[in-house]
Amino acid sequence: MTVALTGLQIYKLLPQTNCKECGFPTCLAFAMKLAQKGTELDKCPYVSEESKTALDAASAPPIKLITIGAGERAFEIGNEVVLFRHEKTFYHQPGLVVRVKSDDPDLAGIAAKVDAYEVERVGMKLRLDGITVQQSGGDAAAYAAAVDVVRAAAPGLPLILASDDSAAVDAALAAGAAAERPLIQGATAANWQAMAGVAKTHGCPLSLRAVDGDLGALADLSEQVRAAGVEDLILDPGTTSLAGDLAAFTQLRRLTLKKGARALGYPIIADAGAPTWQAELVRADQAIAKYAGIIILDHFVPGALYAMLTLRQNIYTDPQKPIQVEPKLYEIGAVNADSPLLITTNFSLTYFSVSGEVESAGIPTWLLVADCDGQSVLTAWSAGKLDAEKIAKTVKQSGIGDRLNHKKLVIPGHVAGLSGETEEELPGWQIMVGPRDAVDIPSYLKTAWNS
Amino acid sequence: MTAVQTPVEKWPGAVREVTLGGGTRSAVTVGGETTLPFLGFEGSTPHRPALAVEVFDSKPNGWSPELQSAWGELLDDPAQWAKRAVELGADLIALRLDSCHPDRGDNDAAHAVDKVKQVLAAVDVPLLVYGPGMGDKDNEVLVAVAEATKGEQLALGVCEEKNYRTIVAAALGNGHLIISETPIDVNLAKQLNILVSDMGLSLDRVLMDPNTGGLGSGLEYTYSVMERLRLAALMGDSMTQQPMICQVGGESWRQKEARAVDGVPEAWGDLAARGVAWEISTGVTLIEAGADIVLVRHPDSLSALRAALDDLVKGA
Repeated sequence: MTVALTGLQIYKLLPQTNCKECGFPTCLAFAMKLAQKGTELDKCPYVSEESKTALDAASAPPIKLITIGAGERAFEIGNEVVLFRHEKTFYHQPGLVVRVKSDDPDLAGIAAKVDAYEVERVGMKLRLDGITVQQSGGDAAAYAAAVDVVRAAAPGLPLILASDDSAAVDAALAAGAAAERPLIQGATAANWQAMAGVAKTHGCPLSLRAVDGDLGALADLSEQVRAAGVEDLILDPGTTSLAGDLAAFTQLRRLTLKKGARALGYPIIADAGAPTWQAELVRADQAIAKYAGIIILDHFVPGALYAMLTLRQNIYTDPQKPIQVEPKLYEIGAVNADSPLLITTNFSLTYFSVSGEVESAGIPTWLLVADCDGQSVLTAWSAGKLDAEKIAKTVKQSGIGDRLNHKKLVIPGHVAGLSGETEEELPGWQIMVGPRDAVDIPSYLKTAWNS
Repeated sequence: MTAVQTPVEKWPGAVREVTLGGGTRSAVTVGGETTLPFLGFEGSTPHRPALAVEVFDSKPNGWSPELQSAWGELLDDPAQWAKRAVELGADLIALRLDSCHPDRGDNDAAHAVDKVKQVLAAVDVPLLVYGPGMGDKDNEVLVAVAEATKGEQLALGVCEEKNYRTIVAAALGNGHLIISETPIDVNLAKQLNILVSDMGLSLDRVLMDPNTGGLGSGLEYTYSVMERLRLAALMGDSMTQQPMICQVGGESWRQKEARAVDGVPEAWGDLAARGVAWEISTGVTLIEAGADIVLVRHPDSLSALRAALDDLVKGA
């Protein structure tokens, strides 16, 4: 099956009457627009139910969008369209989920830590996405009780119920967890009937696990479980090494995007768990770059979590749209008419590097941010988006000149060559050349600015 | 049973093999891949990517406390430092002639040659030698080093658009390799490789540095440029088929996250884990994008990346 239909293929499914009620002059023009996803099929009042079903099936995304959890902290995964981020972008970042064992005496403590973890980076709050309760010893009632402890300690945090025993999962869901729409992890070739039954009863997504990257067995399991009425699936190829994960995850992404393999068109869950936090970090990093939708972790090491969250933010940034900040005049600290004035670009990483260093210098500073389409200083300069004219215009529009006792402007060291021209564009101003790297700003403000 | 056919891509091109060392020391070959990184189901990765530990010719200033405590007194002695790094599993040593920088000691070419010879004598592995990173001084010390170590097949870095004539000539005349570096751009990388090869240097003596952005500091740009370079290489574009080298250590440990001990948010955790995590994550990500040589600074990153590469090539 092809992934997307061409305009001509769609045309054949339309009434071909050219009635124009869709707003297009001909059915063919409408079909062409549909193929580009530029309009909706609903605009055609006469399309047959049969054609509708065929078109819906063909227009379904190759990797189904799945929601894990309910409420504010629910997260979505899947619906990816490329193998390489430079081809478009990666859309739905993988959920990072910490695993606890159901007999861990500190269940509530770990759950609360996972729930509370938050780190800020380039103006965005980065958080962990959920907690997996892995059944370890005890009966179904004990498991349900453990899940309740976690729910009470971390209300609203998405859950994964991990057990091979469908009765234990059922007990936890029946005790109230079903309201949070947890992922059930999961079905295997041995227990899929019972697990599919539980997932269907409670309306929860279900993960399917094969052994050693056997994708044929995974496709079989998927067909069986879908036939049993469960439609929100997550795939676990059951690989246990870096090389195994990479091969299986890459094959899954290729099979869905390039071969239209519907049975395998679901997000992937990666088990990054390893004996040391370093080995776990390596597996998680690979899974972030290479196609995972959910990543399971066993360690809670803040420094490593921060690195993973940062990597996830990097990889899932749209290559066409760098993260930007609003171009305007920022006041860092209690500025006054004698405070220094710096200018930089509105690329968020540039802005936050500069503002972070200014803050750490402890010297109140005016930071003027020029609109450079979210590019860094060097990129903006080479693209002609940061030149003397732009700097002068930004200074004038900000009105900062009327608020200062001095007329001194510090430009980034990387564009030292612009200082002469900028002085011509800004009569009466003295243009000073700051450091190239943000990290050197504190010493610059303490020495060069004052001298 | 559903038959799932393994989705294999056919690639007309391959990465060039490049060999460092030999002669008085062991040889290390990198490159030669006929598929995307470690996809053993469709092609081969004949050589495990190599890990180089960075050693400075004199005690580095302003290093993260984590790096200082990891190496201790060895930071004062490049030869012993290099020796220890090899014991810990380094495949290569990257010696930086940092003290030749006018602002950091301004040592001369004779000093540089002396340090290179000390390290060559102390270890059996191939060397990468980097100048202090400043135009004229780079040329001065690297040319002297190249001449004094004829035939050792050192990799000289960095060779940029502004100095490539000098560095390529030094490599050509003395049997060395070069590290060609361009700023995170596919076309600039290709163009420099063309200039270098037009001077007569065989491309099996060229390593390509696409310029590393550290984790949280432009890593995604490097990652995507490397993926594009590697795809082009496999598609058969000759001037992109050089093995790629990434200066992961320097770019990771420069970040505030790998240095700051106090006054940081609690969620950042202890520097002990954070610094190494920054270097590991930068390294793994670029290895996934096709890095053939990775420069690292911390022994724990070295061992974590070593274990990762062993796992990955086993499957490939």
